[in-house]
Amino acid sequence: MAYSAGVDVGSTQTKAIILSEDGMIVGRALTMTGANVIQAAEHAYAVAVKDSGLSEEEIQFIIGTGYGRYKVTFGNAQVTEISCHARGAAHAFPNTTTILDMGGQDTKAIRIGAGGDVLDFCMNDKCAAGTGRFLGAASSALDIPLDDLGPMALRGTKPVRISTTCTVFAESEILSWLGKGKEIEDILLGVHQSIASRSVGLLRRVGVEEEITFTGGVARNVGMIGALEEVLKVRLNVSEESHYMGALGAALFALDHILASRQPASSSGGAA
Amino acid sequence: MKLFAGIDVGSTYTKAVVLDEDDQIVGRALRPTGFRLGHAAEQALEEALMACGGTTDDVAYQVATGFGRHRVKAADASVTDLTAASRGTRRLFPGTQTVLDIGGQTVKASRLDDAGKVHAFRLNDKCAAGTGAFLEKSARYMGYETEEIGALAATSKEAVPISGVCAVFAESEVINHLSQGCSPADIMRGAMVSLVERSLQLLKRVKMEPEYTLIGGILRYPSMVVELKRRIESDAVNVPGEDLSQYCNALGAAVLATRREKKLQES
Repeated sequence: MAYSAGVDVGSTQTKAIILSEDGMIVGRALTMTGANVIQAAEHAYAVAVKDSGLSEEEIQFIIGTGYGRYKVTFGNAQVTEISCHARGAAHAFPNTTTILDMGGQDTKAIRIGAGGDVLDFCMNDKCAAGTGRFLGAASSALDIPLDDLGPMALRGTKPVRISTTCTVFAESEILSWLGKGKEIEDILLGVHQSIASRSVGLLRRVGVEEEITFTGGVARNVGMIGALEEVLKVRLNVSEESHYMGALGAALFALDHILASRQPASSSGGAA
Repeated sequence: MKLFAGIDVGSTYTKAVVLDEDDQIVGRALRPTGFRLGHAAEQALEEALMACGGTTDDVAYQVATGFGRHRVKAADASVTDLTAASRGTRRLFPGTQTVLDIGGQTVKASRLDDAGKVHAFRLNDKCAAGTGAFLEKSARYMGYETEEIGALAATSKEAVPISGVCAVFAESEVINHLSQGCSPADIMRGAMVSLVERSLQLLKRVKMEPEYTLIGGILRYPSMVVELKRRIESDAVNVPGEDLSQYCNALGAAVLATRREKKLQES
């Protein structure tokens, strides 16, 4: 049995996936990226290998992706995170046409064709509004753990309207709503709606067409899923592996390499 | 005693300036704005009055400005920051043609006409990049407080290039520079250079002309003044002394208070 690996070095977290040649996830890791990106990639990979119970020699091809993909120094190749998310999402949900990938510092809308080929994409690369960082600002302003924000937002009934665009100013706006006596749940619902409406704007630029698959770390947030579905008026595909979608896509590309390199070898073997 | 007051309720600080009948500054005060804007305004005025032994009863006319100006209940009138800035800068430097006001959360460039009226202006208030918040965030990412920014940047030998597109994205940039061995001082200075570049874009759009007067809380950092003067490329760059750069809009509001009261008396 051959194995491949995908390492997705994101701005906030690094994800690694070990895949067996029959397409099963046999190992995974999720670690903080921090300041030393090379070390983060090595660490996530080592954790995933350990999780799989394999030895490093058994993994034949490794692909790095994410903003720190060139820091995956032990990798055999690099693929952009756009292609990897597309590949991963198409693997998890074969009818995917549009992908919304919401990460710690950037949000991407991707339009894909058959087999996960990227047809068009659009991302926020100049401004952190509408990314996971906006939730980070809410989390620190309200002193509530990031993972609790979504479930609390779902309990909101009268959402406040967040008027600031900038993530930096959002913190003070959130506090001023608190000062005006608004319920935390209603403030959080407003925060989720504000991010949702920004990312739908991004989606519209590539064309919103079903099925839509939501990937990236923020896809674990039930409040964000709810807010997006409300604006889009459709159900989103959300995989349990949403967080690992880029790493999964990278591991799938790596598997292609292994299988492609094997074919000429086996055919020449057959001829002899 | 007949006094005139100007109160500037800014996003970060609230400033009050009190003028006497001879147009002299007899009191001023500054306090954090917080969330109770009206309260901050009252306290700043009381403190400024204390400096000249006056009471609120002595205030013949009071003008409010700044983003929280509508919360100043005692004010007789309110004016925009731009109007206040034009009056304040002309009072200190009568030759002022272009005003650059860099605050904690906004940057404003304005061009005045001969009568001191605002002829053109540009604001940056939707994005923290290009405002004082950009410097605060950059300092925070390196573990420094706002109060340390000035001293830190002053020790810089060479500014590190910082893109300055987004105050949030600056975090990874700052951390990358730190991990590559750049000094916090050089990074801080780099953040200032990037802020100056953004301000310059605003200035160009109002068709900048000398004399320039630079105001706002961010001018309390001497390195910002040095970098701004370098980029504006003019000898006619005024910076109010005695920490007045932060009080300039409150001063402008107080100047307007004296004028309006005079008009009321005449009519």
